[in-house]
Amino acid sequence: MTTAAAPSPASGPASGPGEPPTAFLDVRDLRIHFPTDDGLVKSVDGLSFQLEKGRTLGIVGESGSGKSVTSLGIMGLHTVGQYGRGKARISGEIWLDGKELMSADPDEVRRLRGREMAMIFQDPLSAMHPYFTIGHQIVEAYRVHHSDAGKKTARKRAVELLDRVGIPQPDRRVDDYPHQFSGGMRQRAMIAMALVNNPELLIADEPTTALDVTVQAQILDLIRDLQKEFGSAVIVITHDLGVVAELADDILVMYGGRCVERGPAEQLFSAPRHPYTWGLLGSMPRIDREQTERLIPVKGSPPSLINIPSGCAFNPRCPYADVPAGGITRTERPELRLVTGAAGGPGGGQHWSACHMAEEERTRIWTEEIAPKL
Amino acid sequence: MFAYIVRRLFAVIVMLLVVILVTFGIFFAIPKFTGSDPALMYVGKQADPAAIEGIRQKLGLGEPILEQFWNFVRGIFAGRDYASANDSVHCPAPCFGYSFRHESPIWPELTSRLPVTLSLAGGACVLWVTGGVLTGVVSALKRGTVWDRTAMTVALSGVSLPIYFTALLSLAVFKYKLGWVGGEYTSFGDDPGSWFGGLILPWVTLAFLYAAMYARLTRATMLEVLGEDYIRTARAKGLAEPVVIGKHAMRSTMTPILTVLGMDLGALVGGAILTETAFSLPGLGQAAVAAINERDLPMILGVTLITASAVVFANLVVDLLYAVIDPRVRLS
Repeated sequence: MTTAAAPSPASGPASGPGEPPTAFLDVRDLRIHFPTDDGLVKSVDGLSFQLEKGRTLGIVGESGSGKSVTSLGIMGLHTVGQYGRGKARISGEIWLDGKELMSADPDEVRRLRGREMAMIFQDPLSAMHPYFTIGHQIVEAYRVHHSDAGKKTARKRAVELLDRVGIPQPDRRVDDYPHQFSGGMRQRAMIAMALVNNPELLIADEPTTALDVTVQAQILDLIRDLQKEFGSAVIVITHDLGVVAELADDILVMYGGRCVERGPAEQLFSAPRHPYTWGLLGSMPRIDREQTERLIPVKGSPPSLINIPSGCAFNPRCPYADVPAGGITRTERPELRLVTGAAGGPGGGQHWSACHMAEEERTRIWTEEIAPKL
Repeated sequence: MFAYIVRRLFAVIVMLLVVILVTFGIFFAIPKFTGSDPALMYVGKQADPAAIEGIRQKLGLGEPILEQFWNFVRGIFAGRDYASANDSVHCPAPCFGYSFRHESPIWPELTSRLPVTLSLAGGACVLWVTGGVLTGVVSALKRGTVWDRTAMTVALSGVSLPIYFTALLSLAVFKYKLGWVGGEYTSFGDDPGSWFGGLILPWVTLAFLYAAMYARLTRATMLEVLGEDYIRTARAKGLAEPVVIGKHAMRSTMTPILTVLGMDLGALVGGAILTETAFSLPGLGQAAVAAINERDLPMILGVTLITASAVVFANLVVDLLYAVIDPRVRLS
């Protein structure tokens, strides 16, 4: 569970800069901005969270909320291979297993990539090189971090992992090309490739979005099983609340590059305290609901990350924007505040949300207006 | 893979037959319908009526068009005799035609010129692929920098400057002014040194034109490939950037370059007409120009066939290389 430091009103649940990490993965005030011709795109703007080994964090949000940018930022992938493109401006701290990555030598971060932190991507077809065999790509991932390993050892390891992720006849399929695998099999192979070096942090970026529904469930089960087995910390990035409900211990809801709500998963599903989270829950189709009842979509579109409105970024789409703000003015940006009324989840996880409305008001709206409709 | 090769070879045979059919049609069948006399074109303007009649008999122009075609095709494989009432000439296989103007079969003439053209195309190809691809890759990796802009401006000038301008300019400077290179074309077997010396200027001139196109193509393709998901995956594995570029990105960048290379090389084997003329290289291109000037129709026909066949074969090689590079081609 997150072992957040004492709440500081300015930055939400985070340790101060330069202080030693309080968790296995400790992200502090992460800002990732991209200069473009139209202006500075603030994809991630002050994000902090912690994650322990053996736990799963679900990062939820719409397209463009900054969730994928965050994951690539942790992997250090915004600073390599940006040939001639505007350099991303990144600040903040990323502590992984006691090492600070932002100030580390890029080559040192490269050696951590694929070994201590690995990533599963959304579309396993485009994420694997079409011209190399599955086995070749897994062997390559293994040998780059085990330079002493021979080809045979690496190949044995690849077959072993393909077997572990449930590829039938792995010793034969290891020589197949990605296009010879089905979508689900490719994602399994992708997972095998990510796990080949026993990473302690696994980031899954929309791992099931490109797959058939039946295959989605299998992949989610696989990720959950593997996490138990490997005991790694897992970040699942998704727009699908169903996925996080399956996997996550904690949930972080992103909107406009910032965290608007975070807390233990059961807390966020049973007592969310942010209108955007309500919107996400309301727009989730459910089989146990009458078909005549309509989904409640979040109206409008995600904010431009160039001109993020002052005050609350969600304000233009918020159905409760006219409810009087509790304690702070509407023009001020709401910071994450501890939800006091909520009971801590197992492990003492805290529930935070960033909203102008007073907590009692939100509790009332949730229990009286939103929850009965879901 | 085997089935793929068989399919490609079969396609090549069909293509070659089509090439022969179309060429034959242009030179023999169409004149018949338009009312012009192929025999007249085969001897030239000043021939006397008796000579024209002789050629008409030798070519069998009075026979049905299908039989003419059959004789034409059979001549390629078995050779043929051109016989009239008065005399007869033998054209041994492969008989691609007989030049009545020079009173000799076409094929030996073509084969004597082919090495020149192959030397020119091959050497220039090595130069432009190396230069163009390297420039393109570096430009892509340094996008937007002074290097990129300079290289692309030079490439633009390379694409837009006609070869007869760059050829004459380089001749004027490097041969006549500085005297660095010189000499006639010498065959490689006779003297490799002067073979190289005689070809270096045409190579560079021709390569400059093509390298410019290849640099632009490589740059665009490389930039596209660098945006692919699998490049991100390669980096996420912890691969060092030289491996990501040199192995993962380069492999994909080669495919479109190979496509264009097949067509360019094929077309060049038919004769780099302007280059060969400007540098006085006795290749196929020069033969084509001379034949057109002399209205030596069999020779034009021969060069046309060689060119078309070269394009077909170059594309066969490209198709096979595709299969080596891209498993999806090989296995589908």
